[in-house]
Amino acid sequence: MTGFFTLLYKELLRFWKVGFQTILAPMVSTLLYLLIFLHVLEAHVEVYPNVAYTIFLIPGLVMMAVIQNAFANASSSMIQSKISGNIVFILLSPLSYRAIFFAYILASIVRGLLVGLGVYLVTLLFFDIPLQLPFWALLFVILGSAILGALGLIAGIWADKFDQLAAFQNFIIMPLSFLSGVFYTIHSLPIAWQYLSHLNPFFYMIDGFRYGFFGVSDISPYISLLIVAICLLAISILAIRMLKTGYKLRY
Amino acid sequence: MLPAIEVKQVCKHFGNLHALTDIDLEIHAGEFFALLGPNGAGKTTLISIIAGLSLANSGSVNVMGHNVRTQYQQARRNLGVVPQELVFDPFFTVREVLLIQSGYYGIKENTRWVDEIIERLDLTEKANANMRALSGGMKRRVLVAQALVHKPPVIILDEPTAGVDVELRQTLWDFIKQLNQDGHTIVLTTHYLEEAETLCHRVAMLKEGKIVALDSTQNLIGKMIAGKSVRLRLLPDTLPPALQTLQISHHGGMAELRIENYAQVEFILSSLRSADVQILEMRLQQPDLEDVFVSIMRDNGNQSR
Repeated sequence: MTGFFTLLYKELLRFWKVGFQTILAPMVSTLLYLLIFLHVLEAHVEVYPNVAYTIFLIPGLVMMAVIQNAFANASSSMIQSKISGNIVFILLSPLSYRAIFFAYILASIVRGLLVGLGVYLVTLLFFDIPLQLPFWALLFVILGSAILGALGLIAGIWADKFDQLAAFQNFIIMPLSFLSGVFYTIHSLPIAWQYLSHLNPFFYMIDGFRYGFFGVSDISPYISLLIVAICLLAISILAIRMLKTGYKLRY
Repeated sequence: MLPAIEVKQVCKHFGNLHALTDIDLEIHAGEFFALLGPNGAGKTTLISIIAGLSLANSGSVNVMGHNVRTQYQQARRNLGVVPQELVFDPFFTVREVLLIQSGYYGIKENTRWVDEIIERLDLTEKANANMRALSGGMKRRVLVAQALVHKPPVIILDEPTAGVDVELRQTLWDFIKQLNQDGHTIVLTTHYLEEAETLCHRVAMLKEGKIVALDSTQNLIGKMIAGKSVRLRLLPDTLPPALQTLQISHHGGMAELRIENYAQVEFILSSLRSADVQILEMRLQQPDLEDVFVSIMRDNGNQSR
């Protein structure tokens, strides 16, 4: 276990040492989103009964910050290590591939949660946000960040250049998170788009997370939980398999 | 006795390029072993396969009796590798890097040993400096230190002295010699053949992915008959007829005579004495590992052509 804890500690220290860039900057940009949407949309929409748009929006934005930072953590750590070559120190060590997987994922969860918590705490200063079922919210935020951490690990291992990683982030992660209902409830969409939204696994993360706040959601939180759990399992198996076979790591 | 490293029938290709073909090699525990060969011969590939950084297409490798694929954890615990590239983690200081590396090997508390290697590699002043701030030579020392945090019985150094100044080279070799005397098996690659000659008991030479020579350093040099010669500056500068058949060359006012063994020196001296030729200067030329290397690489080239 010492090996696993050391790698976890190293991964935590890695982003902590550059906390301005890895925690504060994403907090600021998320709060800017909030400020802008607040200004533009406040008067226009009420998504759930008695839930103002701003209040509806905040959990979505928190989750989006979590998602993006969990992904960024594992993926940038892996690709930087690969490109600078210092990944050999991990590859030469007797660390098991499972230990490597869990250390990277857990560090991603921690970073995602720190950014998310930061955003949430700041918004609490200005808004009265209910948190009716905190266990559900916590469950979905952890599962969501774990999925994105695993996706980040996969992307970091797969990409040979920063360019490819950016493509993965901009053409897969960003659209999936923006179109997952962060800014709206999917019931406001035309039927075809509603159907498409159901194919987006990120939708279930955000819907389930929001359920923790308001006690209402677009679909049953149990279904969301099942889908999110299956996604996590499938993506984890893929990531562990890549580490086990040494895909793009051990030539 | 259990070999430190056992390589059996290892082949590795990258697409159509055969990086290694049927490599068989046994390195005994406690040996100081050199892996030599021109650039691109496959030295680093072989080391990578032993270290598990690269996966062989066929064959097997054991480190201290542990298969590097099926028992990778035990195999890697027994092995310390100093990579050729100057890689480092820019986020950490020297001491942090060494303690983190210890943790990867499952060692919780390693401050004493880490401090000792820091001191022995002359890194004390830089122990709390960020890796980014270190010169190339210093980074090289940290790489050596990182390979040693878990006191591995087998240590592989891939060109540890490339681009390193004379003083550090001396410190490094003294330290590595000491490790060898303490019972560690040392394998190194280097382009400085005189280093290999003075340090290593045994040598393997690789060329185009094949082992073309494998013997003790002494035997390899001993077999070099062609390399032995005597160079003479004479007065008058003419060889007696009996010696003319031995002459290989004559330049810079010195005649060079080939000898098969040192007993022939007596024959040369007596011939000169009876011809009344005076010796102004005499040098005995012995072959070194470099001559062996050059001749083996050349011979092998002719064979394959």
